[in-house]
Amino acid sequence: MNQVPNIPARVLVTKIGLDGHDRGSRIIAAYFRDAGMEVIYTNPWQKIDAVVTLALEEDVDVIGISSLATDHLLVPKLMKALVEAELAHIRVVVGGIIPDEDEVDLLAAGVAKVFHPGAAREEIVEAVEKFAVDAANDRPQD
Amino acid sequence: MNKIDKTPAPVLADSAADWQRNYDKMIGQDKTIKNRSGIEVKPLYWPQEDGDGSYVAKLGFPGADPMTRGIYPTMHRGRTWSQRQLIGLGRPEDFNERIKGILKSGATALSIIPCNSVYRGLDCDEVEPEILGTCGTILNTVEDMDISLKDIPIGEISIGLNDPNPFTMLAQMLIVAENRGISWDKITGTSNQSDYISHFVANHMFYRLSLPGARRVQMDTIAYLAEHVPNWNALSIVGQHMQQAGATPAQAMGLTLSTAIQYANDCIERGMDPEVFFERFTFFFDISISFFEEVAKFRAGRRIWNTLVTERFGVSNPRAKRFKFHAQTSGLDLTRQQPLNNIARVTAQAMAGIFGGLQSMHTDGYDEVLSTPSEDSAKIAISTQNILKHEAHLCDVVDPLGGSYYVEELTDAMEAEILDVIAQVDAQGGMYKAVESGFVQEMIGASALDYQDKVDNGEQIIVGVNAYQEEEDASARPVLKRPSPEHMQDQVDRFKAVKAARDPRALSKALDALRDAAKSKDQNVFAAELDAVRAGATLGEIVNVLRDELGFGMPLVVA
Repeated sequence: MNQVPNIPARVLVTKIGLDGHDRGSRIIAAYFRDAGMEVIYTNPWQKIDAVVTLALEEDVDVIGISSLATDHLLVPKLMKALVEAELAHIRVVVGGIIPDEDEVDLLAAGVAKVFHPGAAREEIVEAVEKFAVDAANDRPQD
Repeated sequence: MNKIDKTPAPVLADSAADWQRNYDKMIGQDKTIKNRSGIEVKPLYWPQEDGDGSYVAKLGFPGADPMTRGIYPTMHRGRTWSQRQLIGLGRPEDFNERIKGILKSGATALSIIPCNSVYRGLDCDEVEPEILGTCGTILNTVEDMDISLKDIPIGEISIGLNDPNPFTMLAQMLIVAENRGISWDKITGTSNQSDYISHFVANHMFYRLSLPGARRVQMDTIAYLAEHVPNWNALSIVGQHMQQAGATPAQAMGLTLSTAIQYANDCIERGMDPEVFFERFTFFFDISISFFEEVAKFRAGRRIWNTLVTERFGVSNPRAKRFKFHAQTSGLDLTRQQPLNNIARVTAQAMAGIFGGLQSMHTDGYDEVLSTPSEDSAKIAISTQNILKHEAHLCDVVDPLGGSYYVEELTDAMEAEILDVIAQVDAQGGMYKAVESGFVQEMIGASALDYQDKVDNGEQIIVGVNAYQEEEDASARPVLKRPSPEHMQDQVDRFKAVKAARDPRALSKALDALRDAAKSKDQNVFAAELDAVRAGATLGEIVNVLRDELGFGMPLVVA
């Protein structure tokens, strides 16, 4: 039996690595809040361990990673850490300046979707809502 | 009746004559410029009459109060702006090779962008290898700086350092100069990213120390440089971060001028003379594609600054009233869709900056929205400036848009908006308090959402994004070069070797002295930092000592 999805969806919006440009993550957080989701928002420069811990504590469905510089190159490490923490059901989306060749790598590492500059608000919100449902369905039974 | 008509006339004539005298003196050998139709192009155009004196009062002549039309009598006709491209990738030797190429292709000043790890105050051995050196050059030691500036004549070329508080890159560069026997009074350039307030508010990436700690180091550095490196601009006040974070152009200008007022008050409190320190204030702005708004923003900002320095701070030295600014075309306006269109966007932005009277410019590579800019796109960005200068003849006439009904009324309206922002910040008790409380962050955040709404609902058309969409042509996208993992490993190995070769006693003595300076109320932290760099202290070691004593920096995030 599938578990009842979290209602509303719980989304962690954060930045990992070294970059501090947070206009993108703030706008995305506002999109999700306006759409009725529960948003957990952090300062930039999060360590991967800290993101995993927060995702667990906050019981999130989706993690949104915003990347303006090259911090998205660390996302495969995050994916691995989520699996190790038995949080593989959590969907990870990445948004920002992501070169095409890197997008291929991110998707191969298990990222659910990559959003580029100019992505429409509805497109992002709808996708994340769907991923939240997927995550809830895949949540391991206790 | 006649008397009223006649009285103001000599004012215009006198001001014009003053300007002509100063222009002749400054221009040296002026050349006659004729356009393609054979019509002579004069350096400046102004009204024949100034009945009520409002022209001289509000616009005047370039180089004279209120400097609305420019800070120098000759402006770009005499000397065009510095072409200062931001460069930084990989190892110091990679930077050195690339900067030599850029200088050859016409850049007239250089600018160093360090790796984001440097911005965070981390040495290269503390950083995850995947991202090391991917956004800028690794500059952890004097050796790194020496290699970066190999064959570059420090003291002859103006150098911009993207070097936030506590200014380790500047300390490294001064020691490199010292080792090469170059006198510090010859060194010219600017500490970009020295504006800790803007980092706290808007661009958190350069933020390292606590707000009060950053304030302390800032003031020590300004005081030290005024005495020992007199031609260095210790302070670049940054409106670019605020506008990139979402502030409207008027808000960005107002907040920047409020920040400058804060620094000026702090300098005065330290006993410094405004007639002197204002000479070394410089500004750094964003140029969005909102063409006339940007032109008006710069003209209004220049007038307000001139008036403010004169009236609020009682300054009479004309050099201290010049609103000197660098500007960068806005990456936010660039689109991932149809990326070659960005060349057109950058061109329009650059024109706004030129007509706004800038002193120095960085034009973005068209691919900045795809990745860290490639070498080819950086070359196109410089060519764009050269085309505007030589082919479009944008530099022949000073303030060519001055006197346009639209531009002048818009300049007045922007001025009113900017003054309103300054008044709001004044009411908060100044910029330091207004950012401590989150007032400014809330203002900027609200504007960012407003603009995004306009794009989302199609009120602001963006070609290729919410209108005129086309199938993507991914082949137009440049291929990105990343530093090779082997090179990065070499860099880390070299760093470790350099560290191991230091005299540990001299080093720990110097770091202790730095700690003592930070603890004390009256010692100069930057002077102690220079000694630490002389003793081989790394970026990470210096930042850690100062963080221990002065507090770790974490920005206030207002949701």
